[in-house]
Amino acid sequence: MSALSNSNWDRRTVLRAAMGLAAAGGLTACGSNTGRAGGGSGDGLVQYFHAYGEAGTEQAIKRYAKAYKEANVTTQWITGNNFEQKLFAALLTKNAPDVFEFHPQIQLIKSGQVADLTDIIEPVKDDFNPADIQSHTVDGKIYGVRMIDDPQFFFYRPSVFEKAKIEVPQTLEELIEAADKLTTSKVKGAFLGNDITTVQNPLIWSAGADTLTADNKPAFNTDAVADGLKQLRGLFTSGNLLLDAPTDWWDPSAFTQGLTAIQWCGMWAMPTMIEALGDDIGIFPFPKVGSAGKQSVTNGGWSMFVNAKGDNVEAAKEYVKWLWIDQKEYQEDWALSYGFHIPPRTSIAQSATKLKTGLPAEGVKLFNEFGHFDNIGWTQAMIAAVNDVMANSVRKDADPKAQLDAAEKKVDTELKKLFG
Amino acid sequence: MSTTTTRGVAASPAPAKVSKDRPRRGLRASSTFNFWLFTGPFLIGLVIFVFVPIGWSLYLSFFEARFTVTPSEFVGLDNYRQILSDTDFRNSLVTFTVFAAFIVPTTWAMSLGLALLVNRLRFMRAFFRSVFFLPTAVSYAAAALIWKMSIFNGVRFGMANTVLSWFGIENIAWLGNPDPPWYWLVIVTVRLWLQSGFYMILFLAALQNIPRELYEAAAIDGAKPGWQTFRYITLPQLRATSTAVILLLLIAAYQAFDEFFILLGKATWGMPPLVELYKMALGENQNYGAGSAGALILTALICLVTLFQGKIMGFGRGDESQ
Repeated sequence: MSALSNSNWDRRTVLRAAMGLAAAGGLTACGSNTGRAGGGSGDGLVQYFHAYGEAGTEQAIKRYAKAYKEANVTTQWITGNNFEQKLFAALLTKNAPDVFEFHPQIQLIKSGQVADLTDIIEPVKDDFNPADIQSHTVDGKIYGVRMIDDPQFFFYRPSVFEKAKIEVPQTLEELIEAADKLTTSKVKGAFLGNDITTVQNPLIWSAGADTLTADNKPAFNTDAVADGLKQLRGLFTSGNLLLDAPTDWWDPSAFTQGLTAIQWCGMWAMPTMIEALGDDIGIFPFPKVGSAGKQSVTNGGWSMFVNAKGDNVEAAKEYVKWLWIDQKEYQEDWALSYGFHIPPRTSIAQSATKLKTGLPAEGVKLFNEFGHFDNIGWTQAMIAAVNDVMANSVRKDADPKAQLDAAEKKVDTELKKLFG
Repeated sequence: MSTTTTRGVAASPAPAKVSKDRPRRGLRASSTFNFWLFTGPFLIGLVIFVFVPIGWSLYLSFFEARFTVTPSEFVGLDNYRQILSDTDFRNSLVTFTVFAAFIVPTTWAMSLGLALLVNRLRFMRAFFRSVFFLPTAVSYAAAALIWKMSIFNGVRFGMANTVLSWFGIENIAWLGNPDPPWYWLVIVTVRLWLQSGFYMILFLAALQNIPRELYEAAAIDGAKPGWQTFRYITLPQLRATSTAVILLLLIAAYQAFDEFFILLGKATWGMPPLVELYKMALGENQNYGAGSAGALILTALICLVTLFQGKIMGFGRGDESQ
């Protein structure tokens, strides 16, 4: 009997301990890995990069950093699809990065988060694409150094179009029709990313509207945009759209593996695509939406910023100047050796032979002809407001006009906070 | 045949033995020292990582705290008013309720079922116990990614779609298309797989704690093995454990974050409270004041539900009734 109750006692202790563990486990689960191990103080610098998909990119960034002799630069390579949230949260802490890549957004400037880089850019200003200088300028001051320009458009296979007797779509109707004709039991007609949000800006531009007006008023809430959303909803429910693919729009796999006939992707993916499909690849801009619109291309990209609230602002500026202004060899390597990106420096772009012929040259042409650059006044909170429109009126069946009205209200609130 | 009397007779010697056992372990001389030695590190951690943040949240919730955690503008109860009138936050409570209604009963039934099966095994018991327990060691993020990218992806070679295609059913976009809401299936199954093994161990411990004599006595009284003994002996004997399990499951459901965050991405639906608060406090808005107010409201709700549940299910009374 004694042995029995002993084991009883033990088991109960185990049970209690296990419950304690469960409770503790629940608590610790909240503290996820924030990737802030590097720390931002001392003489070392910390830089944040989102995880580029192309092979060799992480090694390249670390190689450049290692070549810098003035400071020890640690790289945080941030995986996952919420780089901006991780970055914003980290910037509030003591362990914030000294240097980070992001897109130009004015709230970072209004809150004093990013340092004025005019003095390091000014001497070489004329060598930059003027649009890349303009998109980083507020009140005459330049706040970031553009590293790469990334045009985004549709990719397709001309041989497949020929077989199905399809012309390159000029309007959204034609795109939807093409997707219908191209869909088979194995291949879907088109892929616009898993949550469709990546085409929100091209949809607005192609409908003849814009995100903001020149004097920073919402300009996306038009009937043409609402009609475009309705058409996209039709495409979404048609069964011709690739949904829940294992990789998202920025990865060429869905296209190269034949899951989709048309995919929205970026110029960075060209080397991988060419390797997989040879020269049987074509590109076209986001087609016209409605009669008043014009085809459009997203001229995305990444820029380097310096954390103005960090302990090492001067050292960080020196590093950014050294790598992204002075070291043209590294800049060229970064733009052309992994994925393809358009160098924002005219002198580098001119000598970039890889972008002079074939598909990359066509990409550059679309970039110049149809491209829309970042608007510094269009901030993450506004992007999120339109993300909700896409979710509610394309993936769900909400009324596009009402959704656009709601988004306009949110964008207005943000604009008031930023510009008064 | 009254279960309460048999339970009282059979189990009462155990606690008495326990109290006699303890002093023999030789810890009496420095029990105070030992108490602090063993609880100290945990207490320090608790204060730094739980109580200080809760206090700070309370402080933040009365301030306008955007893009800062050291605010200066006192706004009284404004943040509470804002969050309670926020439809997204209220919807998140509905989402949680739906989620809990799915996950709590299924995990309870599944882990109890597994425990009963493993408990009856005559051979390879340790093997099966380990196999069912193993998913507990997998992180929610990793499991959610496996569910998203290989089992429930929307293309024809996704596992679920492959199985469905054998029966001639078209590919389903499990997560992309919220109508019909298949995403609940993905979310519930991933959590079910992850946590069932752990609660199975709790049930297994409780099952082995039920005195054999009860079953023998029941057999003599003519109870048939199977459903009858399960219904009138096993289940009542597991009452304390069941209560604890349901309580832990509810709290875990309240804390749900990882799988929702990873699986649903930029959706506007299926946001449990923590994801909603994360978006508010750490997303684009960086509104720590309103986020903290929401967190405190959530904490109060968890406390209330726990107390209420304890009241109806008798949590804490379990030991006395044994």
